[in-house]
Amino acid sequence: MSEEQKSDSPGGDISRRAFLAAAATAAVAATAAALAPLKDIADLPSLEEFLRKHYKELTPADKKAILARIAEQVKSKYGVTPNVTDLPPLDGVEFGYALNIGRCVGCRKCVFACVDENNQSRNPEIQYIRVLEMKKGSIDVESANTTYEGEVPKKDSYYMPVQCHQCRKAPCVKACPVEATWVEPDGVVVIDYNWCIGCRYCMAACPYGARRFNFEEAQLTAEDVNPEMGYLSNRPRPKGVVEKCHFCLHRTRAGKYPACVEVCPTGSRKFGNLLDPKSEISTILQTKRVYVLKEEVGTLPRFYYYFDI
Amino acid sequence: MTTALKDYFIFVGRCARETIHGDWRYFLWMTALTAVALLGLNAYAKQLVIGLSVTGMSDQVSWGLYIANFTFLVGMAAAAVMLVVPVYIYKDETLHDVVILGELLAVAVIIMCLLFVTVDLGRPDRFWHMIPGIGKFNWPMSMLSWDVIVLNIYLALNAHICGYLVYMVYCKRKPAPLWYIPFVFTAIVWAFSIHTVTAFLYVGLGGRPYWNSAIIAPRFLASAFTAGPGFLILTLQVIRSVSKYRIDDKAILMLRSIVQVSMIINVFLLFCELFKEFYTDSAHVASAKYLYFGLHGHYGLVPWIWTAMVLDLVALVLLMLPQSKSLKYLNLACVLAIIGIWIEKGMGLIIPAFVPSPLGEIVEYFPTLNEWLICAGIWAFGMLLYTLFLKMTLPVLTGDLTPTSSPPA
Ligand code: SF4
Ligand code: SF4
Repeated sequence: MSEEQKSDSPGGDISRRAFLAAAATAAVAATAAALAPLKDIADLPSLEEFLRKHYKELTPADKKAILARIAEQVKSKYGVTPNVTDLPPLDGVEFGYALNIGRCVGCRKCVFACVDENNQSRNPEIQYIRVLEMKKGSIDVESANTTYEGEVPKKDSYYMPVQCHQCRKAPCVKACPVEATWVEPDGVVVIDYNWCIGCRYCMAACPYGARRFNFEEAQLTAEDVNPEMGYLSNRPRPKGVVEKCHFCLHRTRAGKYPACVEVCPTGSRKFGNLLDPKSEISTILQTKRVYVLKEEVGTLPRFYYYFDI
Repeated sequence: MTTALKDYFIFVGRCARETIHGDWRYFLWMTALTAVALLGLNAYAKQLVIGLSVTGMSDQVSWGLYIANFTFLVGMAAAAVMLVVPVYIYKDETLHDVVILGELLAVAVIIMCLLFVTVDLGRPDRFWHMIPGIGKFNWPMSMLSWDVIVLNIYLALNAHICGYLVYMVYCKRKPAPLWYIPFVFTAIVWAFSIHTVTAFLYVGLGGRPYWNSAIIAPRFLASAFTAGPGFLILTLQVIRSVSKYRIDDKAILMLRSIVQVSMIINVFLLFCELFKEFYTDSAHVASAKYLYFGLHGHYGLVPWIWTAMVLDLVALVLLMLPQSKSLKYLNLACVLAIIGIWIEKGMGLIIPAFVPSPLGEIVEYFPTLNEWLICAGIWAFGMLLYTLFLKMTLPVLTGDLTPTSSPPA
């Protein structure tokens, strides 16, 4: 190469420079063209949002400002004035859930009540609860059917709804590289949608397929919006983050039942405080035949299945 | 100190100037790479605007081609070390001259790895949440945090070693052992660690039986030590045909024996894995069944994996035969092995773990065109970087660029 250069006449030098300049200009123009789609970007974070600290490091004043900002955003986007809260965990409460597998008829009312309650995207529709149709004689979820249709319950089948099990040893929490998901003192595994980087490692880690990803901007109409919102629960989620069942924190921390419990027509869903020995959930755990799903993976769920008898 | 630093920057600057000189083949190659890289950038811009729904991924199959490429490339990055080990541990000087070329490859490949992780993020604007100190780093619990750390350290180590050694050649000084030997040895250990940690990323998940196998990490190492040196065999030949830099056939044949041994181990471990899956035939075999034979009428990965199997086997046989001492056959074997391992360690390792899902759903994954473009873009960018690195260092190594050589036009 160096020989060529040494023989470069001054004229060749100029043409080389011109060539390089042309190449550089072309490269810049091509890069600009390649980046053109970015002009349509609609959800750039504001500087405040970009620099926001982790949930656990926020001061009460920070939190107040953030809640106000979220309310503002919801209002301008959907024209609905929401009540955005961030209820603290209650002392002496650890939530638990029990599902009567002998009674569930697989009607999926819980699935849709959950979608209505929690402001999930309607298109593509995100559902937190999956109802598995299982053949009698099998407890192997890997051979279950989640897309069953037609009249329920079918004679040869039983039904097992699955949602986040709020694991005591949650693999998703362990996996998350940025602590965007953690266990609250009342036992609920939550996600800070403003901290999650969307790596989806938690989705790979969850043995119950409980986590959902916002593959694109949530589609929600003004009528769909539930204005009662919690910061760690059902406020609208941005694109590119993970979400999942949170035991309706904005309701349950205010003393109400989760939406799925309220709607279930067969009374198969029971919810309450595990630390209160007289609560319904504690009684079920003491008196019924109870099991947890995939016990062998050692997640110690706070979500139990039980039979009458 | 400051003058030393200044001299170093002058050196880097002069090396950088080398990259704007070359013959038409060089410029054609660079233009082609730039074009593909820009196509990838364009595809990524679309993904940023619309979201990851432009990929074939779903809630069930939540990782796809990006993570598959990432996994494969982490393996490639270890190639450097396979050259370093004989030189520094066994004092076999055959590969001495090409060590730097291997390490430059490692630098380029690690950058590609980091890019693949980045394009996989749903919120790349929040990448800083992962930076220790200012973000919130889930360390030591999260394997992904570990991976980020080890990859970046490996990048720094290799960049330092290359920079230092090349600079010493440039100054015509003998490298001071204190300034590189400890780093070289750390890098050797580190190369193993980047693999192992990346393998643990998958192995550590109890809810995914397909990954939850102790053999994944050794399989990783074996295939990495096949694909990496295989790639170098090809690169070295290109380098010596387009530059004045002399590379001995001896060095290439030395690499051949590394590839040979790793390929045998690779195929053997694969056989062990297959035996365990299919002979046990427990419910957990579903993923492997899906991969090799299809499951309940879904055959998405079957053609892929059998292609990989055939390529691997042909490569193995070729490598074993004495004919592969001739470069023609050796090159063929390397190409086949690299493609085979890319499929097997990429698609074949990542996707089946998600099919069927933990709840028994069978959702197949087919990468979209946009996804392919982004991947091609990153590959082109990586090759572009590597070409630039070579372009910067080769004149130094051949002695054309010295502190006193006249500056190129
Ligand atoms: S069920 Fe899944 S998402 Fe819920 S706590 Fe357990 S691991 Fe996490
Ligand atoms: S997707 Fe979000 S919550 Fe899940 S591991 Fe990544 S950062 Fe954590």
